[in-house]
Amino acid sequence: MAQDRPTAAELLAAIADFLREEATPALDRTEPRLGFQMRVAVNALAILERESRLGPAADAREHARLVALLGRDGPLADLNRELARQLRAGDRDERDAALMAHLEATIADKIAIANPKWR
Amino acid sequence: MTVHTVNEPDLVATGLAAASSRHFGGPAAIEGLRRESGGASRQTWSFDAVVGGQRHALILRRDPPTAGGREKASATALDRPTEFAVLRAAFAGGVRAPEPLFELDSADGLGEAFVMRRVGGIAIARKLLRDPPYAEARARIAGQLGEIVARIHAVDTASLPPLPHREAADQVAALRAVLDSLDQPQPVFELALSWLDRRRPAPTGRARLVHGDFRTGNYLADESGVTAILDWEGAHLGDPVEDLGWLCVKSWRFGAVDKPAGGFGSRAELWSSYADAGGGAVDPARAHWWEVFGTVRWGVICLTQAWRHLSGSVKSMELASIGRRAVETEVDLLQLLKEAR
Repeated sequence: MAQDRPTAAELLAAIADFLREEATPALDRTEPRLGFQMRVAVNALAILERESRLGPAADAREHARLVALLGRDGPLADLNRELARQLRAGDRDERDAALMAHLEATIADKIAIANPKWR
Repeated sequence: MTVHTVNEPDLVATGLAAASSRHFGGPAAIEGLRRESGGASRQTWSFDAVVGGQRHALILRRDPPTAGGREKASATALDRPTEFAVLRAAFAGGVRAPEPLFELDSADGLGEAFVMRRVGGIAIARKLLRDPPYAEARARIAGQLGEIVARIHAVDTASLPPLPHREAADQVAALRAVLDSLDQPQPVFELALSWLDRRRPAPTGRARLVHGDFRTGNYLADESGVTAILDWEGAHLGDPVEDLGWLCVKSWRFGAVDKPAGGFGSRAELWSSYADAGGGAVDPARAHWWEVFGTVRWGVICLTQAWRHLSGSVKSMELASIGRRAVETEVDLLQLLKEAR
């Protein structure tokens, strides 16, 4: 059953905004150590907000690319396990253009969720 | 789990008073005791010991006694007595490091612990990289780090306690073993480790003292530049270029991405000051290898830090969050491998 608005992303954003704008300044005045921890929490909430918006489509793209690359289907974790095994064994390496295109796209989607400002 | 006492500062002050009195040869009053940093398992405390009217500004490094075994930050970290012995050898060898003074004994009740002299300066990378008082220091730090690390690598290995010897091949194998223990497939780290494995530099002819965690965030600096190298628990014998590569890992630039030497200068600047200080000419390919290695290493550390929380050994939102930083090193690795192709 679909939940009512707010969506998960909207609710996470509302919580993060409240903690950042109201709770953090109050903590900084009284308990600086907790103020730092609160910033970590707010940052983690922002990751979850992006993940709830962008994660499902990113996972689907990663899965489709892995199926094409490995020539077999299966759960995402199994396909990644197989790719990791091939990379450790040296069956594929950085000279494989299709592999590198897959990894570039996967990591671009991951960093867009975890830390879009990273460069 | 750490044994939490009702009043930890009182316990620490009592232990420090006894140990300081023994060391300074007179009754010591402990003043200004303050917990500086560290998790439950590794603590740093700042305090003054006042003995016969004289004030000594000091730092305590301490692993509290634990029930059910030690919760280590990493499988390769040195224990406190060995770290103390390494610090003593480095200080005696002229390395800019805090002067180690004395160890506590078990009767002091604080666990494995030692005391060193407090050195001025801050370790907070973002302040050092951006705040106005450090403008002049910023121009000097890369060169100073080159000189200091050359001095570390020149420490007489006969003056050191027994230390693990880890060359490139051992380090690659160790990271693979960690990835296996986490049971979460990591294609980019596997790609990078295979790349590293195929290009392993030859073992060093003569193993040197390697600091093992030589990076921005692990030294103190003031307006004049670097005042002391901290955090010696990763020290080992091995390839000295490891320290130069680790310092240049992008994660330690804290946004100053165009300044590879810890966010303060170029690789060329670092290497020339290292050579001028007697460290020898740096082989760029070897340094690049260690920079790629260091990038994988930090990525794997991010995962293991999260795992300390996930496994239930330490409950920490901060550690859990670090797991989501691993992808930053995946971005950097794909870039590094592209440049090297």
